[in-house]
Amino acid sequence: MSDSTSAVSATPPELADIPLEVAEAAAPDREIAVEVGDNIMEIKNLTMKFGGLVALDDVSFNIKRGEILGLIGPNGAGKTTCFNAMTGVYKPTSGDVLLEGISLKGVKQHRITRRGLARTFQNIRLFGEMTALENVVVGLDARHRTSVIGALLRLPRHTREEKSAVERGMALLEFVGIADHAGTLSRHLPYGHQRRLEIARALATDPKVLCLDEPAAGFNPAEKEELMVLIRRIRADGYTVLLIEHDMRLVMGVTDRIVVLEFGKKLADDTPVAIRNDPRVVAAYLGEPDDEPA
Amino acid sequence: MSFVDGPKILPDAESDREKLDVESQSKRKGGWTQPLRDRWNLLPRPVQWLWLLIVVGMAYLLPVFNIPLLTTEPGNDWPLACFTMSSFALIAVGLNVVIGYAGLLDLGYVAFFAIGSYTAAMLTSPDSPYLHIPYLWTLPVAMGVAMFFGVVLGIPTLRLRGDYLAIVTLGFGEIVRILATIIPALKGQVGFQNVGHPPGVTAAGQPIFANSNGTPWYWMTLTIILIVMLLAGNLERSRVGRSWIAIREDEDAAEIMGVPTFKYKVWAFAIGAAVGGLSGAVFAGQVGFVNNQKFDVQTSILFVAAVVLGGAGNKVGAVLGGALVAYIPLRFTAIADYKYFIFGIALIIIMIFRPQGLIPARQRLLAYGRNAYQKIARKSASNGASTGSPPDTPAPPAQEGAAL
Repeated sequence: MSDSTSAVSATPPELADIPLEVAEAAAPDREIAVEVGDNIMEIKNLTMKFGGLVALDDVSFNIKRGEILGLIGPNGAGKTTCFNAMTGVYKPTSGDVLLEGISLKGVKQHRITRRGLARTFQNIRLFGEMTALENVVVGLDARHRTSVIGALLRLPRHTREEKSAVERGMALLEFVGIADHAGTLSRHLPYGHQRRLEIARALATDPKVLCLDEPAAGFNPAEKEELMVLIRRIRADGYTVLLIEHDMRLVMGVTDRIVVLEFGKKLADDTPVAIRNDPRVVAAYLGEPDDEPA
Repeated sequence: MSFVDGPKILPDAESDREKLDVESQSKRKGGWTQPLRDRWNLLPRPVQWLWLLIVVGMAYLLPVFNIPLLTTEPGNDWPLACFTMSSFALIAVGLNVVIGYAGLLDLGYVAFFAIGSYTAAMLTSPDSPYLHIPYLWTLPVAMGVAMFFGVVLGIPTLRLRGDYLAIVTLGFGEIVRILATIIPALKGQVGFQNVGHPPGVTAAGQPIFANSNGTPWYWMTLTIILIVMLLAGNLERSRVGRSWIAIREDEDAAEIMGVPTFKYKVWAFAIGAAVGGLSGAVFAGQVGFVNNQKFDVQTSILFVAAVVLGGAGNKVGAVLGGALVAYIPLRFTAIADYKYFIFGIALIIIMIFRPQGLIPARQRLLAYGRNAYQKIARKSASNGASTGSPPDTPAPPAQEGAAL
């Protein structure tokens, strides 16, 4: 993880093309308990059963702070189930998920988000009747403390938070490259921009770990290229990223480490190069033609 | 769009096409009010306030001028009709918080109206053996009591969604009505006479807020509506309003984005209930008599119709919808047998030609968003000018369909 340490100190090349203040506003100071390179998230013996179907069988892996971890596997391997069990959408049958050493078991979803785990959705789920900026501010609200009474009477904290929300929201939109569309209703945005907006909204909750669920689904090669740049830029800005993806070129190009799932079991956990040469993975997954329609 | 695989147009051409798609879509959506609304949004803030002031002034003068054709006379007294319209409008503003903002279909809203009415009646009517307090104090008390019942109803039921929630609230409305019949202390059909009214007498020694005189009651209700709308606007442009809209749009996504959905749904219920209770207390004061006869399901449905008619989610629309729902039966009372027929036809016509409601304008959810949006609009306008792009993008992505 040599490059993840450099991300914090000097301005990395990924951030060169955006103004420094945007990069800074998009990633404010957060208290993260673990050092760069330590385990920020641990998935321990996670098992998920739906009736008789075992969707996840004793899966364990770690996410290290500052890395981009890929989670891959053939269709139905349990990637999204694993994601949902981690983020509190499903209650795991057994096993545990730790964020900075603290269990997320039984914690309500919105509290998990506040603890620092944000995600995007495989099928885009924006708030369609809100503008792009408002969508991002909903994410920012996760860190706000205005009460109903405070909002009703426009107390000073409300004013302060509203003002900073607009500024930070715009910075985040600029960070993902759609600032010009801040005033557009999100359901009127083009598909690619909607995907970017989802990422901005998730970043707005100030996550310690950002989980992207197939962010490149439906993208053409040029758009995938741009997405890779964006994901690298997010990591360079100090976030840890978990990436679920089908597209092998994207996964191989952007991740530091890859976990492979097959039939709900962990098959391999290694660097992209090693994964590419692992005969079990090749048999299970890479053996098929990789240009399947997304 | 780009998620279909197959032969691709050049990327630039494609994004242009998408931009056009998006724009035409947004134009079609706005319908014939879009140009009007754009012009309104371009007005500077003081000018907007001035216009609003004029409209409000005209609203206050409504019962004084008995405009021909518009008036409900000779069938119904016009100032009293104005009061009925205003009290429906107040109810609609409250229900709009529940249905329009948070997207929770409440078919038992009349229950809170009833609770407010009974609270006011039991604390002021000589028929009631309990503690008596001045009428104006019953307004906050009615709000508090209704709010309490809103929370009591909300906590167990708000785990349900959509149709299920609607059915439970429908049941709650009926429970309250039946309780009013069977609990002896609530006096069933006999009810409470001589409910209190605000203080003050005219030179002739008559009370200003007499049951037969609608005008002062109308002015009081209108003032309450304005205050409630102002406060609802504050909530709308805050974390609370955003949470409500997020819940309405996609509850699961909202929860995952850190919105405590359950808490905000209970708040929506409580605030809606408080306004419902308030309007019940006002209504009880004006009519001066409360019994178990006017709190049926039909009335609940009428309230929902008012919100949907006006354009769910827009408070000005809710006021208009509420007023209209009260107005139509009163206006056509001369042909009384057909009044619900005419009412039904009017509803159908509006729903066919304007399914999004009379004023469908969306909510503005940022207290300080205006400047940011204008900055972007200016920036992209100057970009467009410098690159000499075709003038087919007039006021680019200025905020779409902003609301009052």
